[in-house]
Amino acid sequence: MSTSDQQASPPRLAVPELLIGIGLLACAGAVAWQTLAIPVSPLYSKVGPTVFPYITMAGMILLSLLLILAALRGGWQPEEEKETPTDWTSMGFVVAGLVANLLLIQPLGFTAASVIMFVLVCFGFGSRHPLRDALVGLVLALAAYFGFARALGVNIGAGLIEDQLNVLINGVFGIGKG
Amino acid sequence: MDTLGYLAHGFAVAFTPTNLLWCLVGTTLGTAIGVLPGLGPALTIALLLPITYQVAPEASFILFAGIYYGAMYGGSTTSILLNTPGESATIVTALEGNRMARSGRGGAALATSAIGSFVAGTLGTLGVAFLAPIVVKFALAFGPAEYFSLMVLAFITVSAVLGSSSVRGLTSLFVGFVIGMIGVDLQTGQPRFTFGMGELLDGVDVIIVAVGLFAVGETLYMASRRYAGKDEIVPLKGSLYMTAAEWARSWKPWLRGAAIGFPIGAMPAGGAEIPTFLSYAIEKKLSKHREEFGTVGAIEGVAGPEAANNASAAGVLVPMLTLGLPTSATAAIMLSAFQSYGINPGPLLLTTQANLVWGLIASLFIANVILVILNLPLIGLWVRLLKIPAPQLYAGILVFATVGTYGISQSPTDLVILYLLGAAGFLMRRFDFPTAPVIIGMILGPLAETQFRRAMTIANGDWTVFYRHPLSLTLLTLAFIGLVGPHIWAWIEHRRTRGPEHVPGDA
Repeated sequence: MSTSDQQASPPRLAVPELLIGIGLLACAGAVAWQTLAIPVSPLYSKVGPTVFPYITMAGMILLSLLLILAALRGGWQPEEEKETPTDWTSMGFVVAGLVANLLLIQPLGFTAASVIMFVLVCFGFGSRHPLRDALVGLVLALAAYFGFARALGVNIGAGLIEDQLNVLINGVFGIGKG
Repeated sequence: MDTLGYLAHGFAVAFTPTNLLWCLVGTTLGTAIGVLPGLGPALTIALLLPITYQVAPEASFILFAGIYYGAMYGGSTTSILLNTPGESATIVTALEGNRMARSGRGGAALATSAIGSFVAGTLGTLGVAFLAPIVVKFALAFGPAEYFSLMVLAFITVSAVLGSSSVRGLTSLFVGFVIGMIGVDLQTGQPRFTFGMGELLDGVDVIIVAVGLFAVGETLYMASRRYAGKDEIVPLKGSLYMTAAEWARSWKPWLRGAAIGFPIGAMPAGGAEIPTFLSYAIEKKLSKHREEFGTVGAIEGVAGPEAANNASAAGVLVPMLTLGLPTSATAAIMLSAFQSYGINPGPLLLTTQANLVWGLIASLFIANVILVILNLPLIGLWVRLLKIPAPQLYAGILVFATVGTYGISQSPTDLVILYLLGAAGFLMRRFDFPTAPVIIGMILGPLAETQFRRAMTIANGDWTVFYRHPLSLTLLTLAFIGLVGPHIWAWIEHRRTRGPEHVPGDA
């Protein structure tokens, strides 16, 4: 942001930046609402659980006003970002993959949901080999499930695929021990 | 016991076969995620945080430190061969390093950056070992008021002084404060910012915030920018061994870079951008081959900043281990790992957890040796990682993001929070808000609040306690200068350069 540019052309209102400033102001409002909802014992009037929330709220209001002011003066987006068009189709597929994962992870289990997300995200990023991607996704999800989750002791919801494989693995180990 | 005695003890801890194995795993994983665009040490350590429930603290911190150092080495490979700096600290490396690769001297660029990282990393780690006990002596005199003021100073430096805009940096920081306050207030038991939802009583896990901002947000951003520019990998040409002339041109920048990087990293300000840019400017000024800068690529411009980067990464560990003060997103996540073990980093850490701290420092020396081996003879392996196509890479990142998040409590609510944070991360990336202050704010904010309330309670609710103590007043003054100073300076500069134009007849 060079000063001479600002002097030369009259500042234009930057709508996306303005929305961000207003959004942050709304967040400050939510903080205020939730802070007022904290019951305070008079014992803690000066150092209670609301002092920091109030400071945070005040800071957020001040910052959102400064952001709105910057937006009114033409915003702060670098030229490069402004000129690149957003690829909505690509983003749409990624978002669809995320939502599918969220909806399917409980009914189908982690592996199946991950494979579906994997294929959708790959497609969004321009890959046109859904079958190959599904295979890669399956291998990766199983590796994540068995290598990562079981090694870390993290319990991910198991679906049909995981159950079958767990039974198989336990069976093999059972035979090995016997 | 003096520092050397402690260090010897630390090496005894680090040289056990299991801990050596953790170090090897950490450095290998760290190099890999450093090489891969879109993955960073903060995200990786966050995803691996559940390991703290499984293994001893020494093991997990040796693993995390290996990842932390490894990512610095790996990141420079990507900068040199792909010209896509994985993180802000390697922007400068890409400047000259990528030009060197294009003019067929990629091997020398990789070698000087790996050996420079080794030299500076080792010097920096030595700095940690000798500086930490000194800082502890000072820190023991700190009361709650001083701690609070020190944290305010750190907040200002990480969000307002570094980065492109103080307003946007502070905005990120305050968003982090709000996230950090969600849940039950530990001192009074009151729920805060839960919007009446039971799931939020335990607070938002740092794993979800880091994964949301760094993995989901980054993936959405890359998807939205898919056609913005295709990066090409410069094929690795030239010998990996530096010529005598290249050694002669490299060793001074390494030492200067380390001397610049470590002190700046060790200050409660942190950040690797300033030392790398500073080192670049100095090398450019001192170089006898100034014509190579910006044209064919100058080796000094790679050697100096890379050394500064690694030394400052080591320096960041000093305030983290001695004061419990994280000044980068990765350090903040490591601090939450300490909390997960019920350990409070602070002045007492070096004596109460001597095994852990000195074992960790000793393992950093070992990590540096492993890393220089991993990154020079085995460089071909990492170059191959760069060829993973973007679709599968980002889809895979999301699979691991799901494992890390859903695995915490198998709750779809966590996934919803993850996606909301991902959307926020996308907007922040798109509109140039830094993300690290969010993580630092959410981890350090609650600690600052605790110190604030402690100081206020001791002073019977008297606000003046923060400026009646001379040390606390000094720290707050420094913070104020950090916040206001750059603006005043810019205004004066503006006036000085503008002055004659405005009033031509005055001069």
